[in-house]
Amino acid sequence: MEIIIRPKSKWWHLDLGELWTFRDLFYFLTWRDVKVKYKQTIVGVLWAVFQPFVTMVVFSVFFGRLAKMPSEGVPYPIFVYTGLIFWTLFSAGLTDTSGSFVSNSQIVTKVYFPRVILPTATVLTNMVDFAIAAIILVGLMFYYHYTPTLLGIVLIPVLILMTILSTLGVGLLFGSLNVKYRDVRFILPFFIQLLIFITPVIYPVTIVSEKYRWILGLNPMSGVIDVARAGLLGIKSIDWGLLLVSIISMTVYCVVGYLYFKVVERYFADVI
Amino acid sequence: MAIIEVTNLGKKYNIGERQNYLALRDTLTYIIKSPLKWFGGKVKSLQSRPDNEFWALRDVNFTVKKGEVLGIIGRNGAGKSTLLKILSQITPPTTGEIRLGGRVGSLLEVGTGFHPELTGRENIFLNGAILGMRKKEIEKKFDEIVEFSGVEKFIDTPVKRYSSGMYVRLAFSVAAHLEPDILIIDEVLAVGDSEFQKKCLGKMEEVTKKEGRTVLFVSHNLAAVKKLCDRCVVLNNGSKVFEGGTEKALLAYDNLQSSRELKMNKGEYNNNRRGSGTLSFTEIEMFDTNDKKRNMFNIGETVRFKMSYAVLNEMEGLYVLISLYKDRLNGVLTTVKHELRNNVIKKGENGSAIVDVELSHICPGEYSLHFWLGDKMALHQGTPLNYDVVDNVVGPLVIKASSEEEKEMAGYFTLPSNMNILK
Repeated sequence: MEIIIRPKSKWWHLDLGELWTFRDLFYFLTWRDVKVKYKQTIVGVLWAVFQPFVTMVVFSVFFGRLAKMPSEGVPYPIFVYTGLIFWTLFSAGLTDTSGSFVSNSQIVTKVYFPRVILPTATVLTNMVDFAIAAIILVGLMFYYHYTPTLLGIVLIPVLILMTILSTLGVGLLFGSLNVKYRDVRFILPFFIQLLIFITPVIYPVTIVSEKYRWILGLNPMSGVIDVARAGLLGIKSIDWGLLLVSIISMTVYCVVGYLYFKVVERYFADVI
Repeated sequence: MAIIEVTNLGKKYNIGERQNYLALRDTLTYIIKSPLKWFGGKVKSLQSRPDNEFWALRDVNFTVKKGEVLGIIGRNGAGKSTLLKILSQITPPTTGEIRLGGRVGSLLEVGTGFHPELTGRENIFLNGAILGMRKKEIEKKFDEIVEFSGVEKFIDTPVKRYSSGMYVRLAFSVAAHLEPDILIIDEVLAVGDSEFQKKCLGKMEEVTKKEGRTVLFVSHNLAAVKKLCDRCVVLNNGSKVFEGGTEKALLAYDNLQSSRELKMNKGEYNNNRRGSGTLSFTEIEMFDTNDKKRNMFNIGETVRFKMSYAVLNEMEGLYVLISLYKDRLNGVLTTVKHELRNNVIKKGENGSAIVDVELSHICPGEYSLHFWLGDKMALHQGTPLNYDVVDNVVGPLVIKASSEEEKEMAGYFTLPSNMNILK
């Protein structure tokens, strides 16, 4: 085995073999985050249930009851909740990944490992919250008598993977920017708050006419949430066109985020 | 067979880069307001300006054979830590190349990534993984690690409840059980109580001598270096000044500590000697008030600097500044300024002067010295026509603690203060 250290590295290079040798570190970092997250808050798991549930209730009252938001013929609580759990996975993941390099600066400045492990481990930590929140969805589906289609069940892992990749793509970009520009963490929450309104969480994609619907797909979460509703609640057929646009936009974000990250990665220890 | 090959290694920092964090907001406004200027600025920063540059390492070459224990010694700011960081792939070099013939494990700090909320047991696994151990490896050595640390009783207690001694012992124990092909160690033996330090040193000896591992070892503890290392590299101001057997290397290091003879500055630029070439320090020496050469002082004593200079050009006014600093990237701590001449000086009017500095209100530690000599224009307007700089060549100034109370002083200075108890 030989390692060569040079001033310039191949920045486009993703060394999967190296990532594989660091799989245990990846496992332990994820495990640490999960453990610490549920150890520090006494209500730990309860909070993971409470947060999306209360958000759903509030949204149902204001957007469903008072604003009479259309919901494709589905009771508003289950409609909004299906969107919310995917949205929360994305937005919480984005917040955490963006801070992942800075919050781990202690390790970054002292030890070498592929830095991409940090945001990835962080996203996976959020999967625990997602899994807990998904249990409530199952409860809601029983309560309102909705059954998912077979295709819907098959697509769920794909939708989760898409959410994770979108989070990572955007998160890598903001995380790397955050190392150099420390005001990113103040800008980002504001940005995420606005983003929920251009994502079909509280409204259905059908409020945009079919001709312009693809524009929604520039936000990969639009495709994810729309397909999740169609598949899990079995209320309509899947909009493959929107899903395709979402996959393309997701790929673009991943490539841009990863490339920027790769360019600045080696200098993290110098500027962090 | 060489397991480490370092060729023409250099690392450049831009001073000021670390001083404050950039705001994206400011950069964006700047780009929007004056896109051309921003682009121009980018171009300018690419043609790096030499006055902001600082080479932490320059043209360093050496090789290490398999199974060898190499010591790296040098003063504060000599570039030891930077070298280790490059070898551990934490930061990239600016020039040169390193070839490594095996897995590197680096120990730049004990307890990297320890999480206070997690128990000792959990932290062993986490820290082990961060240092590059596989899960199976940690499981296999777990009992050995716990036994070595001597904290068996508290292994399931969160480490935030540990005493600092226990914490350090556990952290070192994990690190001591690392088994990479090349082990890089920075100053970690300087932790813990003296008994545990002895135990660590024993463990290190076992690892290096018996198991035949290649080790790079950085320490200020010269006794430890002498005991462990076969060969040493001596660094000074980012360059290698000696490479060879430990005995000779320690001598070379001693010579560095006391060398004060300065070559005439011909205006050539380097890290620690720069200037216009029209004015030059020719000698700087450090004494105590009895004119005995010394660089170690107790708090409250007076250090005497004796400086000689040569004038090669006509100029007006002559000033000397002596600054103390800890670390190049963090800037100067304090400066004393004196006026040597206030009239016009002709070429060849060389001279010498003595500056006494009382070392009160200073905390114990090693301080690097920066001497500046220049005329009125250079001092007030920064016009670099007549000036000379001697940076981190003389010294360092070592301030010793003479009482327990002084040992506990934190920071660099103590300000005079008084207290009135009201109740």
